Amino acid sequence: MNLIRIAWKSARFRRTSLLLTVFTIAISVTLLLGVDKIRKESRTSLLNTVSQTDLIVGARSSPSNLLLYSVFRIGNATNNVSWETYQDIAAMDEVAWTVPISLGDSHRGFRVMGTSTDYFDFYMYGNKQSLELESGDRFDGAFETVLGADVADDLGYEVGDEIIISHGLVEVDFAAHDDKPFTVVGILERTGTPVDRTVHTSLEGIEAVHVDWQNGSRSALTLTAEQALQFDLTPTSITAFMVGLENRAQTFQVQREINDIQREPMSAILPSATLSEFWRTISTVEQVMFVISGFVLVAGLLGMLTTILSTLNERRREIAVLRAVGARASHVVLLILIETLLVVTAGCVLGVAKLYGLLAAARGTIASRFGVNVAATGLDATQLGIMACVILGAVLVALIPGFIAYRRSIQDGLALKV
Amino acid sequence: MTGPDRSVVSLDQVRFRWPGQTSDTVAIDELHLDAGEHLFVRGASGSGKTTLLNLLAGIHTPSQGQIRLLETDLSTLSPSKRDQFRADHIGVVFQQFNLLPYLTTLENVTLSCAFSDRKKQRVTDSADVTTTARQLLSALSLAEEFHGAPVHKLSVGQQQRVAVARALIGGPEILIADEPTSALDADNRDRFMELLFQEVEAQGCTLIFVSHDPQLATSFSRTLELTVGEEARSEW
Repeated sequence: MNLIRIAWKSARFRRTSLLLTVFTIAISVTLLLGVDKIRKESRTSLLNTVSQTDLIVGARSSPSNLLLYSVFRIGNATNNVSWETYQDIAAMDEVAWTVPISLGDSHRGFRVMGTSTDYFDFYMYGNKQSLELESGDRFDGAFETVLGADVADDLGYEVGDEIIISHGLVEVDFAAHDDKPFTVVGILERTGTPVDRTVHTSLEGIEAVHVDWQNGSRSALTLTAEQALQFDLTPTSITAFMVGLENRAQTFQVQREINDIQREPMSAILPSATLSEFWRTISTVEQVMFVISGFVLVAGLLGMLTTILSTLNERRREIAVLRAVGARASHVVLLILIETLLVVTAGCVLGVAKLYGLLAAARGTIASRFGVNVAATGLDATQLGIMACVILGAVLVALIPGFIAYRRSIQDGLALKV
Repeated sequence: MTGPDRSVVSLDQVRFRWPGQTSDTVAIDELHLDAGEHLFVRGASGSGKTTLLNLLAGIHTPSQGQIRLLETDLSTLSPSKRDQFRADHIGVVFQQFNLLPYLTTLENVTLSCAFSDRKKQRVTDSADVTTTARQLLSALSLAEEFHGAPVHKLSVGQQQRVAVARALIGGPEILIADEPTSALDADNRDRFMELLFQEVEAQGCTLIFVSHDPQLATSFSRTLELTVGEEARSEW
């Protein structure tokens, strides 16, 4: 029989209090690893929102603001880009493709985005993944729409249904374009990006619903959908546009040229660089979460310390017996440390199991609500490092009761009468 | 009296005083025990019986004087060497609560061998550790049905016999028993003493037995009387 076996049997004998400690540590480990995993998956998901797009161009504003409204549909543009300027840039030799973005309307809380069918060909996300239709087809007519996966799921839409879009972002009756309904012609497969929460229409559709509107409100002249289609539906301006270049090496040159256009102040941003910058800005939140999780872990380790300390008095006989049969005082310390290792290892294993169990159960919800796809991958080097730190921290904490037990074992000696 | 160089236990001008105290807790001018001798140690509470046992077991070291066990001066050994010496050469039986509650009877008996290769070697020269433990338990009249049982299923008397088996496995030269009969009734006490002497003599072990019970003194060839604040008196 060796010390590990003795420690195991001793721990099993006091399993009720130790199991509570194991659960406490498991919760701490789950939180700590969970925060780290979700932080990384969020970062990956965020950085994967746009792929293969070299530049995003909009009216002059901060890069973060342009990124937020053009990619994440959050907030509003400070100004629009004129159609002529857009056409000029699209015609540049260095430019391979462009995808226009026209924002401003909404449908039951989801943003409506006017664009061209090039959107389905050139917009990519993740690892060069293109948009795929789960059902139906791309829009062709002005009053046709293609829905993101979350829009269809949350609102229960299917191909063939009709929807009414509203002017602006607030859902009120007087702002509804209810005289010009759109027909759902396609539903996109889930992407885990803001695309899932977007209602896509053609630029012409956006123009058509606004032909009888002036300065943000209905004009006295009301036109039917058919009448609206008789107008020239070429937009006068768009909100922003995505650009793909013939040669990526020219990205900075084209960016500079766009930023230097005098007749219309514009910003051209590199999406990947801005996304990284954006992540750094919001990463303070995840750092706070990480610190909170760290405190939870410290509380767990202190709980373990309390449990071990509270059992030391009742274990004086046990220690005296071990000393009587030849255990050294250092064996007593080792016994406490081995027991701690057993408890904290069990806590870590249980914590990891709980983490994967929770992720498996909540993966769908996290993906649909937050657009973050949490893959069931193994623990990475950082997460294994966190576990190693937890175990090391526990061993360091256990040195306190270990030292107390050591001192007591010398004071008590063999003939303990308690 | 045997010369100190051949004694199993030899105490010479031993004094032990706790820090801050003005008088010695243990004061023994001379004590020599040969192999197989049985010493009965008696004294009132506070007379230093427990301290003496800790000195003999190498847990404490004397303030003055020399303790030699098996011709080894304990004061020359480091604390961990003294622990190893105890593991290899000494068996200990307590008043009660001798056994680890989370181990079975057999595991408690074989526990000594976990800390002493020497004891383990001695046992495995003749048989394996478990077989020897079973033989010892049977010799101490513990029925085989209890050998693999959890110790809480044993009576106090049975637990004390298991403690003796654990103390004797591996053939230690010295057995220290600290009031092992105090929790037993008269019948069980006599039976226990009979079995203890039987096994101690079978192994040729030197026995140092502490007790308040004066009736037991007659079973021993030598007695050491400890008195508070006085030097110990040895009778034989």
